Amino acid sequence: MADKNISMRDAVRNALLEEMRRDERVYIMGQEVGKWNGTHKVTRGFLDEFGPRRVKDAPISEMAIAGAAIGSAMVGLRPVAEIMTINFAFLALDQLINHAAKIHYMFDGQMKVPMVMRCATGWGNQATASHSQTPEPIFAHFPGLYVGCPSNARDAKGMLKAAIRDDNPVLFTEVIALYPKPGPVPDDEEFLVPIGKSDLKRDGDHVTLVAYGRGVDWALEAAKMLERDGVRAAVVDLRWLRPLDMSIVFESFKKTNRCVVVEESLPHFSFGSEIAAQIQDKMFDYMDAPVKRVSALDVPLPFAAEIELMALPNAQKVVDAVKEIL
Amino acid sequence: MTLPREKLLEWYHQMVLIRHFEERSLDIYHAPKPEDRHIGGVYLHVYNGQEATGVGALAALKPQDHVITAYRDHGIAIARGVDPKRIMAEMFGKKTGVSGGKGGSMHIASAEHRMWGGYAIVGGHLPLATGIAMKARYMDLDEVTLSFIGDGATNNGYFHEALNMSAVWKLPVIWLIENNLYGMGTAVEDASGQVALHKRAIAYGMEDGGRIDGMDVTVVYDAITQAREYAIKHGPILIESMTYRYEGHGVSDKVAKERKDEMAKFQDRDPIKLLAQQMHDAFGAGIDDEIKRIDAQALREVDESVQFALESPDPTYADLFSNIYA
Ligand SMILES: Cc1ncc(C[n+]2csc(CCOP(=O)(O)OP(=O)(O)O)c2C)c(N)n1
Ligand SMILES: [Mg+2]
Repeated sequence: MADKNISMRDAVRNALLEEMRRDERVYIMGQEVGKWNGTHKVTRGFLDEFGPRRVKDAPISEMAIAGAAIGSAMVGLRPVAEIMTINFAFLALDQLINHAAKIHYMFDGQMKVPMVMRCATGWGNQATASHSQTPEPIFAHFPGLYVGCPSNARDAKGMLKAAIRDDNPVLFTEVIALYPKPGPVPDDEEFLVPIGKSDLKRDGDHVTLVAYGRGVDWALEAAKMLERDGVRAAVVDLRWLRPLDMSIVFESFKKTNRCVVVEESLPHFSFGSEIAAQIQDKMFDYMDAPVKRVSALDVPLPFAAEIELMALPNAQKVVDAVKEIL
Repeated sequence: MTLPREKLLEWYHQMVLIRHFEERSLDIYHAPKPEDRHIGGVYLHVYNGQEATGVGALAALKPQDHVITAYRDHGIAIARGVDPKRIMAEMFGKKTGVSGGKGGSMHIASAEHRMWGGYAIVGGHLPLATGIAMKARYMDLDEVTLSFIGDGATNNGYFHEALNMSAVWKLPVIWLIENNLYGMGTAVEDASGQVALHKRAIAYGMEDGGRIDGMDVTVVYDAITQAREYAIKHGPILIESMTYRYEGHGVSDKVAKERKDEMAKFQDRDPIKLLAQQMHDAFGAGIDDEIKRIDAQALREVDESVQFALESPDPTYADLFSNIYA
C-alpha cells in the first residue's frame, strides 16, 4: 500500500486507532486522554469513537495507572497506558521495574503482562530541569521490560503496533519535538516494525554514528555536514534500547573502525556507555580510535534559553567529535 | 449455628492445615543442623493466628473470582486450594514449586486458581487488584477481586491511588485489611492518624464495610459473602479484619514474642480452638473425634508436602534464563 506523508503525532494516533479497531481487548488509560483529547492530542476523537469503556480518563495517579494496566494485562486485556511525560513515570518506577518487568519471571511464566506504557520524552522550549529529560536508559537497565523510542513517523507507527501486539511489557517513548515532524508512513494496518531490530539510516565507511530517538536527526544532519568535507558517515538508528540489536552497528564498525554515539540524555551510566562498552568488548580488533560520546552535558537543564542550548547536543557537536577521531 | 457441618469441618481442615504447614516451615527454617535447613534465605512470613481471616474470606468467593495478597501468602494460597506440596517445594526453591523455585516464599501464585500472587513490595499489589477488577467491568463478568492489605500497607501511596481509582470506576473489589496490629515492629497507632482503618473508605466515597472479628471464621465468611454481593452490584468496599500474628513479622523478629499479655489475649480466641468449640457446642461431643481425625490428616498432608519438596529436582542453569520474556 502507498505511503502517506503525515506527522509523527498522526502516525502514533493511527497506530492506536488501528489496533483498537482490530482488537477489542486494547484500551487506553491515562490522564487527559479522553475528554481533553490527550495532552499531546494523540488521542483526539478517541472518546467519541470508542466511549469511556475503552478510553479511560484516569486520576493523577501514576502508580495506579501503571499498576492497573499491569493487573488488567495479567488477566487478558491489552492496555496502552499513557503517562503524560516520562518525568512523571518516575512515580511509577516501582510498578515498571518491580512488577511489570518481573511478574512473568518471578512466577515462572504463569502470567504475561502485555501492556504498553507510552510517555512523551525529551527536552525543549525551556521546560526546565524536572520536565526536560530523556531517561530511557534507566528503564532499559532491567531484564523483562522492553524499551523503544522511534526517530521518525514511519517507525513510530510500526514500532507502536508491534509493541501493542507483543506479549511483554513495553515502555514506548515519543520525543515531543518530533511530534509535528512529517514523514512517509505506510497506510497499511499490517505494517509492523519488529521489536528489537535496528535500522541502517545511511551507509558510510569512515565513521559509524549510533543513535536513537532525536539523536538520529542530529547524526543525519552531522553526516551531511561531514560529507562536504569528504567524510562518509554511516548512521544507525537502534530504535530499541531493549532488546538491543547491535548487529548493524558491529557490521558497520568492521568497515569504519570508528564510532561516535549520539544521545539526547545524560552521559553518566548512559546509552553511550553501553554502546562503547560493547564495541570495545566485541570489536576490539577493529578499533582504530576511542568511541566518542555526544550527549547532554552532565547538568540539570536550566531555564534560560541561552545556557539551556549550551547543555544540549547538536549536529555541530557530532561533527566536532568525529573530527577528533578521524 | 446455621452453617452446615461439612462446611465448618472443611474450614477447620484448611485452618489446621495452614497452622501445621507454617509450624513445619519454621521448624525447617530453624533446623539445628544446617543440612536440614531446606528453606533458605532471609524471608519467611507465616500466617499463624490469621487463619480465620484467610479461610473465611476465600470460602465466600466463587471459583471465577480473583485473589491477590502481599508476601504473607502461604496460608492464603492453601485456603484457595493450591496444592501444599507445590507451595512447600517453592519455599525449598525446587523446580516443582508453583513458581519453579524462582519466586520463593513471598511470591506464591497459581494462575489456574486465579491466585495472582504474593507480592513483596508493600502495597505494590493494590493497583494490580484495581486492574484485575477492571477486566470484570470491561467484559461485564460476574467476578470480584479480593485484595488483602496489611495494616502497615495502608500508609503508602499505593493504598490511596488504588482505592481511589477503584471508587472512581466503581470496580468490583473487596479491599480486606488484615489488621494484625503491627507492620514489622511498628504498631498501628504509631503509624496511622486514623487507627480505625476501615474509616478511610469514607474519604474515597467507598462503602465502609466496618471492622470485623478476624479470629472467627464464620464472622469473616458472612462479612465477605455480603461484601461480594455488594461489590458486584455497586463497586468497591473496604473491610477491616482484626487479627494477630503469633510469630511476629518474619523469622528475624525477636520482639513479637515478648508481647506476652497481648498474645495471650488473642490466643485465648485462637481461630482453630474457637471453631472446634463452636462445632462442639452446635453438634455435640460426637464431632470431637472427627476434629482429631482431621487434625491428623492435616499433619500427614504436611509430611507429604515436605517429602515431595525433598524429592524434587533443583532448577537448572537453563531455568535461570527461562521466562524472562513471554
Ligand atoms: C515499599 C516497601 N517498603 C518497606 C518494605 C519492608 N517491609 C516489609 S513488610 C513491612 C511491614 C508491612 O506490614 P503490614 O502491611 O501490616 O503487613 P503484615 O506483615 O503485618 O502482614 C515492611 C515495612 C517493603 N517490603 N516494601
Ligand atoms: Mg500488619
